[in-house]
Amino acid sequence: MDKAHVVELDGLEKSFATPKGPVAAVRGIDLTVRAGEIVAMLGPNGAGKSTTIDMLLGLTRPDKGAVRVLGGDPTEATSAGSVGVMLQMGSLLRDVSVRELLTMMASLYPAPLAVDEVLQLVGIEAIAERRTQKLSGGEAQRARFALALVSNPELLVLDEPTVAMDVESRHAFWATMREFAARGTTVLFATHQLEDADSNADRAVLIAEGRIVADGPTNELKTMVGRRTIRATLADVPLAELMLPGVECADRHGDTVILSSSDTDRALRSLLATFPQAHGIELTDAGLEQAFLALTRRNGR
Amino acid sequence: MTTSTFVRYELIRNLRNRRFFVFTIGFPLALYVLIAAPNRHEESLAGSGIPAPLYFMVGLAALGTMNAVVGGGARIAFERVSGWTRQLRLTPLRPRAYLGTKVAAGYLSASLTIIALYAAGILLGVHLSAGRWLEMTGLLLIGLLPFAALGIVLGHLLGVEAVGPTIGGLSGLLGFLGGVWFPLGQGAMRDVAEALPSFWLVQASHVSLGGQGWSATGWLVVAAWTVVLSVLAAYSYRRDTARA
Repeated sequence: MDKAHVVELDGLEKSFATPKGPVAAVRGIDLTVRAGEIVAMLGPNGAGKSTTIDMLLGLTRPDKGAVRVLGGDPTEATSAGSVGVMLQMGSLLRDVSVRELLTMMASLYPAPLAVDEVLQLVGIEAIAERRTQKLSGGEAQRARFALALVSNPELLVLDEPTVAMDVESRHAFWATMREFAARGTTVLFATHQLEDADSNADRAVLIAEGRIVADGPTNELKTMVGRRTIRATLADVPLAELMLPGVECADRHGDTVILSSSDTDRALRSLLATFPQAHGIELTDAGLEQAFLALTRRNGR
Repeated sequence: MTTSTFVRYELIRNLRNRRFFVFTIGFPLALYVLIAAPNRHEESLAGSGIPAPLYFMVGLAALGTMNAVVGGGARIAFERVSGWTRQLRLTPLRPRAYLGTKVAAGYLSASLTIIALYAAGILLGVHLSAGRWLEMTGLLLIGLLPFAALGIVLGHLLGVEAVGPTIGGLSGLLGFLGGVWFPLGQGAMRDVAEALPSFWLVQASHVSLGGQGWSATGWLVVAAWTVVLSVLAAYSYRRDTARA
């Protein structure tokens, strides 16, 4: 077992029972996170990110596959106090101030940070004496971030951490995260916003429909998902003949064909050269969800 | 790692919670003064041989402490719904220790109730030897054991909206059947009451009559309820955490 592998997910699968029968949330995820990495799990809502995080933390048991965190069982790692977590849902304990809550939590860990240091790091000294039930959504979110840091964890896991925050708090949040990570903490966070992953992670893992569809350094992220879509009216041409040079994915709605490509100049030239009758051509940036669908298809589902 | 800091803040939280404070200390204390002060010269309440100030002091202490330990555990319901217990599962605090902090904080709150009522009792002329005070306190603390377990059961079984009404109704009923408001005569109601642990909490004032405060039946009833409710508490807790 390599201790440098902070997280190892191996063939994870999980389905949930619903009134309409079982629904597969995670369909086979393999992921290794090395010490010191900042990894973003990027995917649309419902892609399976939160379920993966729950399994990674030992809150949910996988149907299949194995989880290792810091070289052992995830519950061993959390019991040892080595993992700081900010879950997507969850409110704070009532009837205590932010400082008191941090003191309570710090008392549970073997080697916590000083409460004042955490308050300063997260920039919430001003609300330290306020009762938790009187915090705004964004303030509560930052207090929860402080709770995740107070244990001085080896691994920090954040599930959609900036959801309730305004633009300014988001910037402050990510700046704090990067500052903290610079101490050597490994960070894994889930987000559905490309920008969050792009500017704050070293590596992005793209998840769609319960699978990893791409995994690479964030500077390659734009090319992984930064594809554009060509729409054109073109009747009676089979899809197979549309897989022209430069085209990565082809689809059709009636007489409209939809081609996605990361090199649209080349794709357009070959389209017009082969099918001069194509008309009504539109060029659009593919949204993240569309890009994900394309990636999912390319990976042979 | 120690949970003492955690328990201390749990207690502080209990006292800051207005409703909790009112039902565990404010309300029992005010009712005690209202009921016992006019009858403070009654030397044998309804022929029980126990002076009224002592009888009502223990009766209302029983009511307040019952609310304190049941309410302390039942607050688990709020923490489950808010996702706080989920957060705690990711810390080194073991689930058993978490339940322990709830019971400990409930007992500490109960101790404050007892102190407040004893002080009021002394002001209204309750007089006992030091040994009797201790014995009585011991019986109250032991008699609360089944209620601590009950709190944990309710904390896992009830939805948030049901917690308040359930505890309110339960403490009203158990208080009445326990003889908080007046000593129970003989008859069917008394037979039912004697099978309930609340009756024996109130009976702690019997130490003033000399001899044992509780009969063998009393010890048996309290022990049986403690065992049954502890088993239920362990079961409801396990069912709740195994849901993953």
